Amino acid sequence: MAGHTRGSGRPNQWLRNLNAKLASIPMILTAVVIFLGGTIWTVVYSFTNSKLLPRLSFVGLDQYERLWAAPRWLMSVQNLAIYGLLSLIFSLAIGFLLAALMDQKIRFENTFRTIMLYPFALSFIVTGLVWQWLLNPEYGIQSVVRSLGWTSFAFDPLYNANIVIYGILIAALWQGTGLVMCLMLAGLRGIDEDIWKAARVDGIPMWKTYVFVIIPMMRGVFITTLVIIASGIVKVYDLVVAQTSGGPGIASEVPAKYVYDYMFQAQNLGQGFAASTMMLITVAIIIVPWAYLEFGGGRKRA
Amino acid sequence: MNLRSFAAALAVTVALPFGAANATDLEVTHWWTSGGEAAAVAELAKAFDATGNHWVDGAIAGAGSTARPIMVSRLTGGDPMGATQFNHGRQAEELVEAGLMRDLTDVATKENWKDIIRPASLLDSCTIDGKIYCAPVNIHSWQWLWLSNAAFKKAGVDVPKNWDEFVAAAPALEKAGIVPLAVGGQAWQSAGAFDVLIVALAGKDTFLKVFGDKDEEVAAGPEIAKVFKAADDARRMSKGTNVQDWNQATNMVITGKAGGQIMGDWAQGEFQLAGQKAGVDYTCLPGLGVNEVIATGGDAFYFPVLKDEEKSKAQEVLASTLLNPATQVAFNLKKGSLPVRGDVDLAAANDCMKKGLDILAKGNVIQWTDQLLSADSQKQKEDLFSEFFANPSMTPEEAQKRFADIIASAD
Repeated sequence: MAGHTRGSGRPNQWLRNLNAKLASIPMILTAVVIFLGGTIWTVVYSFTNSKLLPRLSFVGLDQYERLWAAPRWLMSVQNLAIYGLLSLIFSLAIGFLLAALMDQKIRFENTFRTIMLYPFALSFIVTGLVWQWLLNPEYGIQSVVRSLGWTSFAFDPLYNANIVIYGILIAALWQGTGLVMCLMLAGLRGIDEDIWKAARVDGIPMWKTYVFVIIPMMRGVFITTLVIIASGIVKVYDLVVAQTSGGPGIASEVPAKYVYDYMFQAQNLGQGFAASTMMLITVAIIIVPWAYLEFGGGRKRA
Repeated sequence: MNLRSFAAALAVTVALPFGAANATDLEVTHWWTSGGEAAAVAELAKAFDATGNHWVDGAIAGAGSTARPIMVSRLTGGDPMGATQFNHGRQAEELVEAGLMRDLTDVATKENWKDIIRPASLLDSCTIDGKIYCAPVNIHSWQWLWLSNAAFKKAGVDVPKNWDEFVAAAPALEKAGIVPLAVGGQAWQSAGAFDVLIVALAGKDTFLKVFGDKDEEVAAGPEIAKVFKAADDARRMSKGTNVQDWNQATNMVITGKAGGQIMGDWAQGEFQLAGQKAGVDYTCLPGLGVNEVIATGGDAFYFPVLKDEEKSKAQEVLASTLLNPATQVAFNLKKGSLPVRGDVDLAAANDCMKKGLDILAKGNVIQWTDQLLSADSQKQKEDLFSEFFANPSMTPEEAQKRFADIIASAD
């Protein structure tokens, strides 16, 4: 500000908008020191044999070799892949479907929207506990159906190692689709009414309008939703802890839980850091192309 | 309120803590939260309060695996409590090395811990570089098989006297709709049960070779293969347990829904709380009735380094209170564990505790895996056995191979 108003010669680029720059220093410091610094520190220490307390004695790639040889880690990665792919597909599909239905100028839209969004207001821990009870064969869905007379009915995903991850997926979808629906609905409301009129005049069937006109126009909303869902998937932890705590056996373990257990229970920081570095790489693989598309490629096109 | 009286009120609230300085508050963190455990810890608090200080209870719910990370992060984060429970052995080793724990050697020499604590290995586990860092409070042994007399009566078979008879009785129990062996879903329970099987079926020497010397050839050898066969039996017998916590599994035995449980002597507190009598309602088989050896794991209190002078004094008082004969008796009777000193009178002990005391007196003791292995190796072992017990398609041979790998990489 100061340099600007004196007006003698060209204003110094660095001093322009000085107040705003000063005000943002704490946030910049936080970002650099805590986020970036913490990340680098973690990656560096993942190459050491730190146990309960961090210490700098490097062991090369040992922690990573052990990590990728551990059956529990492999199971975690596999679970995350299944859970991630399916929850991405289903929450987008169901969320969009619900939003499209909601967009048909129905009555009591507010009420429905509130009902759909309610689960999202619950934490993953509560969601997990609710579904743990619902899926418990002795109290939940199975016992209700059996008491209605279908005595051979069996539905106990949380106690079956082969399908336990789908039991967790059900709870995650119940919790998460409401938010996706709202985002999609906002996107749909942003579409100009004239587009619909034009499509109707041309006699294009409704589903075709959605698939070929509306969805491509909602690209921005889809990408935002995708990033929100994807980052939620990578860090899934509390839902698993509340529902199964990784069981039966190690059948529903996820990477975030591996990190916590090895850092704190096994008192092996090095191993936990190696696992969290692998998670960081996963997130980077998701975020970097998106950021490039949104901020790099997008600007050139505009 | 005018300014002066406000200032006076403020001064009073500030001065109050100093006025009551001889009643020092000391926060003690522990993970004793089940019914029997809570009753036992209340005895410790009572004894400490009687010295004019105040026990601030910092119970952390969940098992030790939940509580320990919280304790460690408080210690490393610079917010130490007055005293904290750990299983003595290697869990707090690095905290001591980092200088976070207080050296208790002075208190220990003054009170002659070297002479009164029995067996001596307990104090050895508290000793690092010749200095004593913890006060052991009890001896817990894992090597017990708890059997429900009612369950066997219902199944129409005699209460077994050893592991083999128990395995033989399993089909009869199953026919009567009883789960033969209750094993809770938490990983430490299945891993612990396996360690017990090693001592009972392969013997003390093999146990020490595997966990003490970390001999991977023994771990991959025929003796341990035999134990994995037994673990396979245990896995079959535990099908249908469907509970998580150890005390829920113990409760299945108490109510006769399960035939038995391999669990440490802390389970005894639960039987007592339910009003059951040893020998009448339930039977206990130390060493699974095969090999009567007990391990001297257990709980100990560590005292973090504190700046506050008053609190440091209170720590010393607490340390000597914990080992006081009267406290030892009151606490251990409620907890179902054995006292750490041999010179106390346990006339009120029940049959099971007396069996334990006999074995202790004979000197049939070993160090437990908490003392021999690092937390890291213990965790890997837990991962293996929780998978093994939940996944019937994993063969004993496959599991043994992984077990040998863990032993080979153990430190």
